[in-house]
Amino acid sequence: MSKVLILAEHNGTKINQSTAKVLTAAKQLKADTIDVVLFGNDSGLATQVAALAGVNAVKYVQCNDNHDQLAASIAPTIADLGKDYSHIFGPSTTFGKDVMPRVAALLEVNQLSDVMEIIDANTFKRPIYAGNAIITVKTDTPQIVATVRTASFAADKSTDGSASVTESTLSTAAEHTTFVELSTGNSDRPDLQTASKVISGGRGVGSEENFQIVYDLADKIGAATGASRAAVDAGYVPNDMQVGQTGKIIAPDLYMCFGISGAIQHLTGIKDAGTIVAINKDGDAPIFEVADVGLVGDLFKIIPEMMEKL
Amino acid sequence: MKILVAIKRVVDYNVRVQVKPDGSGVATDGVKMSINPFDEIAIEEALRIKEQGKAEEVVVVTIGSNDSQQQLRTAMAMGADRAILVETDTAVQPLQAAQVLLKVIEQEQPGLVITGKQAIDDDNNQTPQMLATLWNRPQATFASKVEFVEGNKISVTREVDAGLETIQVELPAVVSTDLRLNEPRFVKLPDIMKAKRKPLEVKAIADLVPAPKGQAIEVLKHEAPQPRQKGVMVETVDELLEILKDKGLVS
Repeated sequence: MSKVLILAEHNGTKINQSTAKVLTAAKQLKADTIDVVLFGNDSGLATQVAALAGVNAVKYVQCNDNHDQLAASIAPTIADLGKDYSHIFGPSTTFGKDVMPRVAALLEVNQLSDVMEIIDANTFKRPIYAGNAIITVKTDTPQIVATVRTASFAADKSTDGSASVTESTLSTAAEHTTFVELSTGNSDRPDLQTASKVISGGRGVGSEENFQIVYDLADKIGAATGASRAAVDAGYVPNDMQVGQTGKIIAPDLYMCFGISGAIQHLTGIKDAGTIVAINKDGDAPIFEVADVGLVGDLFKIIPEMMEKL
Repeated sequence: MKILVAIKRVVDYNVRVQVKPDGSGVATDGVKMSINPFDEIAIEEALRIKEQGKAEEVVVVTIGSNDSQQQLRTAMAMGADRAILVETDTAVQPLQAAQVLLKVIEQEQPGLVITGKQAIDDDNNQTPQMLATLWNRPQATFASKVEFVEGNKISVTREVDAGLETIQVELPAVVSTDLRLNEPRFVKLPDIMKAKRKPLEVKAIADLVPAPKGQAIEVLKHEAPQPRQKGVMVETVDELLEILKDKGLVS
């Protein structure tokens, strides 16, 4: 008799696809009820969630300022609502990772991080050691708090839902924490986390300027762009492009990478990709061990040739 | 101000761990152990704050087996002033770790707690957030920049999926570190000698938290991940594009 509460994520105007992925996971619990809690200051967001089939009720909590993204502000409300549920699920995104452990601590339970498979309502699989081992874990606490590894679940695509929406006002805003600003890459390209195609580059690309040809190829085929940690650390690209253990975990249909050697921490971020294509001038690079298609060569010759032939 | 840095002894990040054939765990016998890399960044950040004159003392704490003294000594060789080992021979899950650290906080009264955002063994990413919650203090997770601002506040830039978010929190607070916060210093030989004389206090976990709240999550089995099918190597761009076109991935 599972009753699930999902924490929705959004960017102020649009519900993040992670919400629909968590919904897919919640449905696998064969739950009796799935409700969604949403913090924001645009009631249109609640309408978007209500359209997802299988959602029973949307609990829209109005926040008058930036408190909708602050873990310390929203966790007490989630924990309080969560007492009526058997499962409280959030996405394993930076937003979910920030807030869900606070919810778990308030409910005095350990959290299940990065759930990748649901076996039954109490048994789950999750990765440890950057995905080098998978553990099967069991817990039977009255509330199970989990973050869901979004790359492991397809987004629920339904749009014919008719959930009820109830509105309330945030009463747990933290005084000690203030949001100042969010600076984003402001790219017109598809979102890295949800794109069906991703082109990425590593240290082998060599410089910020050189990354232009990676962007050009991405634009040519309508792909999002990503990068290895080495490329981010070297300052070639901003941090929001990082793919891997501590960056984004993605599962596009096509992942094509240039000049990435394939450190284990990077491979963790792409192992659910449909087709991995690797181009590297070092034929012994570990990336070729996981690539579906590999090509040894100079990316500065190969990308222009691809541009010409596509 | 005193800074408390919480660290964990983990399998070195360069080691590729293997699941034991009977599925009871991962093989750690004879494997190189190190300070969790994110925690090393936390130590470095605390030392830099002290070097700027904004803190007087850096205390490093860990929860673990007696072997964890090695990692505490390394932290003191980096520059931490003293260390606390909360000794236990059994694995500690995040909620229990947070309760133990809260007890240490009550005794030490730090103005700032810095720790890694996650340990690279369990990849849980929970303890800093849980500690902040139990302590009823603010958290600034996934930090890539920490700056002191007017009054008793810090401004923290956080690495989030959308880019970089900046928040201000009142101290005391818990900061969890991300990779780009700093590059930890190398330890020099004379510092290793000096660290041997720095105080290291050992406490029994049961003395700090005799009856931890919350049930541990039971681990039923470990398994190796499904390997990906071996792919093909192609020689030319034409061959590559042909495969991608066949799969309908490009047109």
